[in-house]
Amino acid sequence: MTKEVRNKIIVTLIFLFLISIPFGMKKYEEITSDHFDADMEMALERHGFFLEDVTESIGVNFVHRRATVDEKLHHILPQISSVGASVTVVDFNNDGLPDFYLTNSEFGENNALYMNMGDGTFVDVAEEMGVADLNIPGYGASMGSIWGDYNNSGYEDLFLYRWGKPELFRNENGEGFTRVTEEAGLPDHINANTAIWLDYNRNGYLDLFIGGYYHEDVNLFDLSSTQMMPDSYEYATNGGLNYLFENQGDGTFVDVSEQVGLHESRRWTLAAAAADINDSGYPDIILANDYGVDEIFINRNGEYFLNTGHEAGLGFVPKSGMSVSIGDVMNQNSFAIYITNISEAGVLMQGNNLWVPTRQISEDIPRFRNIAGNMGVEIGDWGYAGKFVDLNNNGNIDLYVANGYVSDEPDTDYWYDYARVVGGNRAVIIDANNWPAMNKRTFSGYQTNKIWLNDGAGRFREVARSVGGDLNLDSRSVAYADLFGTGSMDLIVANQHQPVKIYRNHVKPEHNWIGFKLEGTKSNRSAIGATIILHREGNSTRKYVSGGDAFSSQSQRAVHFGVGEEQSIRSVEIRWPSGTVQNIDGLELKQYHKIIEATE
Amino acid sequence: MATLQLIERIKNFKVPPGLIGPLLITAVVVAAHLSFGILDGWEKFAVALGVAVVTESVLHKIVTGKWRNLSSAYISGNSAGILVRSPMIWPFALCAAISIASKYVFRFRDTHIWNPTNFGIVVMLIIASDSMAVLSIQWGSNMWAMLVIWLVGFLVISKVKLFHICAVYMISFFAFAWLRSVYTGGLFLAEVAPITGPMYQLFVLFMITDPKTTVSTKNGRMLVAFLIALVEMFFRLGEAVYAPFYALFIVGPIALIIDKLWQERKARQIDSAGVKVNNPSR
Repeated sequence: MTKEVRNKIIVTLIFLFLISIPFGMKKYEEITSDHFDADMEMALERHGFFLEDVTESIGVNFVHRRATVDEKLHHILPQISSVGASVTVVDFNNDGLPDFYLTNSEFGENNALYMNMGDGTFVDVAEEMGVADLNIPGYGASMGSIWGDYNNSGYEDLFLYRWGKPELFRNENGEGFTRVTEEAGLPDHINANTAIWLDYNRNGYLDLFIGGYYHEDVNLFDLSSTQMMPDSYEYATNGGLNYLFENQGDGTFVDVSEQVGLHESRRWTLAAAAADINDSGYPDIILANDYGVDEIFINRNGEYFLNTGHEAGLGFVPKSGMSVSIGDVMNQNSFAIYITNISEAGVLMQGNNLWVPTRQISEDIPRFRNIAGNMGVEIGDWGYAGKFVDLNNNGNIDLYVANGYVSDEPDTDYWYDYARVVGGNRAVIIDANNWPAMNKRTFSGYQTNKIWLNDGAGRFREVARSVGGDLNLDSRSVAYADLFGTGSMDLIVANQHQPVKIYRNHVKPEHNWIGFKLEGTKSNRSAIGATIILHREGNSTRKYVSGGDAFSSQSQRAVHFGVGEEQSIRSVEIRWPSGTVQNIDGLELKQYHKIIEATE
Repeated sequence: MATLQLIERIKNFKVPPGLIGPLLITAVVVAAHLSFGILDGWEKFAVALGVAVVTESVLHKIVTGKWRNLSSAYISGNSAGILVRSPMIWPFALCAAISIASKYVFRFRDTHIWNPTNFGIVVMLIIASDSMAVLSIQWGSNMWAMLVIWLVGFLVISKVKLFHICAVYMISFFAFAWLRSVYTGGLFLAEVAPITGPMYQLFVLFMITDPKTTVSTKNGRMLVAFLIALVEMFFRLGEAVYAPFYALFIVGPIALIIDKLWQERKARQIDSAGVKVNNPSR
C-alpha cells in the first residue's frame, strides 16, 4: 500500500466518521430514552403521574371556531386566523371551586364559562352570566381573557381582548356580569393577542397591560389595504402598540403607555407575563414578540419601564416569540423565563429559550443565559403556550408545551410557499396579496404537544406519550387547575378550530403538596404579583400569583407547590405587592391555606 | 506632492486576488451582523470558522505532508457560520468539517469537484435536518442593505472577472421565475422573493463563482450558471425550499468532470496535431 493510498483511506475514514455523527447521536438518544405506551400503573411508577382525557365525561363539549376575516385574506385565512382559542381559570362565584372560561372567535359563536359543579362535572353558564355572545361584527373576535378583581370587590372581573374592541365585565357577586367598557375608558380597537393584570405602581389596584399584534389601525374584518402583514420575518417594525391602562381606583382607567415607556417599539407582541424578576418589589414585564426579539421591561419604582432586553441577554437574536412563562426551574429561589418559538425540521430551527438568571449587571437589571439546550427543552415544534407546572407534585416544575400551527389536509405542506415569501424583501412580505394561497394545505400541523418532566438535576425528559398526554391537535393555550380537588394540577388545553381537551391528572399518592389562596388588603385583593417563597429542607423555591401568562392563558389563582415525599415544610414567606412580608410556619400539607394580607 | 503620490498609490493599490474572497465575506458578515444580528451568535460562527480552519490544516497535512494557505477554509467556515441555522452548536462544527473534508475525498483529476460549503449544507440537510436549517430570512426590513451588498459584491466579482456567471444566473432565475408563475398560476413576485434574501447573495456571490469549482471557459461558465437555474426551477416546482443548493450540488460536479475530460481531449488533439506537424511522415 502506497503512502498516498493509505492517506486517502485515513481521510475517507475521517469523512465517514463525520457523516455518521448525527446517526450516532440519534441512536444514543433512542437507547437512553424511556418511552413506553400510555399505561397508568407504569406512568405512576416511573414518572409519578398519569393524564386521563375526561373532556366528554365531565360535560365539556366546546369546539373553537376561528375568526373569518376580510375576504381579501381568505387565501391565507388559516394562518391569519391562527389564534383565538384560549382558556383561563377563575373561581367566579367564590364557591372555592375552579371554573374556566373558553374563547371562541367566529362571529355568532359563543364563548363558554364552565362552572365547576363540585361533583366532577361542569356546566356552561356563560349565557346566563352575560359573557357568551361576544363575537359580534363591529365589535370583533375574541382572542383571550384574563381575570382579576379590578375594583377589589372580592369577586373576579373579566377582561376580554379581541381583534377589535376590548371589553371589561364587572362581576356582580358571582351572579352575573355587567359590561363596563365605556365607563372604564378602554379604547375602541386593539388587535390584541395578550393581556395581563398587574399592579405596576403598587397602589392596591390592578392595572391592565394589553399587547398589540396587528397594527391597531388595521381592521381585519374590513381591510382598507392588504399591506398589513409583518414588514420583516425577523425585524418587523409594523406591529400593534402595547398599552398600559392605569386603574384610577374609581372604576376608570387611564392610558399611561407612552409616559411609562411602552410605546417605544412596534413589535408584534404575542404573549406577556409580569413578575418581580429582580426583587425590586415592583412587577416587571416580559414580552414574547413574533417576528423579532423578546423584551424585558424593568419597572423603575412604578414610575416607568426600562426596556433592558438587550442588556439582559434576551433581546439580540430575533425569533418568533409565542409564549412567556416564569418559574423557578432549579429551585434556586429565582425566576427563569421560558419562551417558545418555532422549529420545523430542515426549514426553520429557532429553538425555544429557557433564560436563567446568571448575575445582576447593574442595580436592578439581571442578566440571563439561555440554557434550553443544556436542559433538553429547546427543540419543540411550532410552539404556542409553554407552561411551567409541577405535574407529579415532586417539587420540580415541569413544562407543558403546546405545538402545532395548521392541521389541514394530511400529506400536504405550505412550508415551501411560506419560506420563499418570508425570505423576501419588505416590499414583498408586507403585502398579503403576495402570499401564495394555502389551498387547504397543512402548515406545521399534526404536531404533538410536549410534556417535559424536570428531573431536578438539570435535565428535562419528554414523556407525553407515556403519561397519556399524547395530543396532536393545533393547541394554543394551556391552563392548569385543581379541577377535582385532589391536590394535583389538571390540564385544560384550548385548540384552534378544534375541541378543547381536559386532562385529569392522577398523581402518585405518596407525593405531597401544599397550596395558598391569597387575599390582599393593602395590596390588590386578587394578590396578583405576590411572590411566595417556600422554604424546605435543603432549598427554597418561589412562585408568584399570576395575572395571566404563557399564551393567552391564566391558571388557577391558588398557588400550588408539590413537595414530593417530604412530610413537612419549614416555612413560607409571602412578599405582597404592597411591600408587606409575611412569614408563616407550621402549615399542614395536602391542603390549601387561605392567607389574608397582614394589615400591621 | 505627497498628497498626489498618496492618491496615485491608492489608485494603483490592488488587493491580492487570493484575499478578495476572504475580505468580501468578512465585510458581509461584519456589516450584516452589526446591522441586523444576522448570525445566530458569535460563538457558533467562531466554532464554524475554527473547525473549518483546523480541519483544513489537519487533512492537508495528512494528505500532502505540508501546511497550506487557509483562505479557502476561511471562506468555507464563514459560509457555514452564516448559512447554518440551529440553536445547537454542533451542526455548525459538523457542517464546516464535512465541507472541508469533502475536498479531500471527492476528487477528479486531482481537484475537488463540489463547492465545499454547498456540499456541507446539502449533506447536513440530508443527515441532520431535524437539528438544523439554512439561513432563509432577510437583511433587515429595508431594501438599501440588500442593494448595497449586491452592489459591493458585483463590483468585487467583476474585479476577478466572474461577473458573467452572476449575470447569467440571475437573468435565468428571473426568466424561470416568470415561467414558474405562468405554469403554476402563482404570483411572479412570490417566485422572485427568495432572491431578495441573503441566502441567495451568498449563493450567487460565493458558491457559483467559486473559482476552484467552476469550469474553464467563459461560455462554459455561463452555460453552467444557466443549467443551475434550470435544475433549480425543477426543484422549486417540487417545492424544495433549498432548491439552489440542490441544483448546484447536482450540476456543479457533472459540469466540472465534463470540462476536465473536454480539456484533456482537446489537449490530446493539440498534442497529436503537434506530433503530425513535427513528424509529417506519420
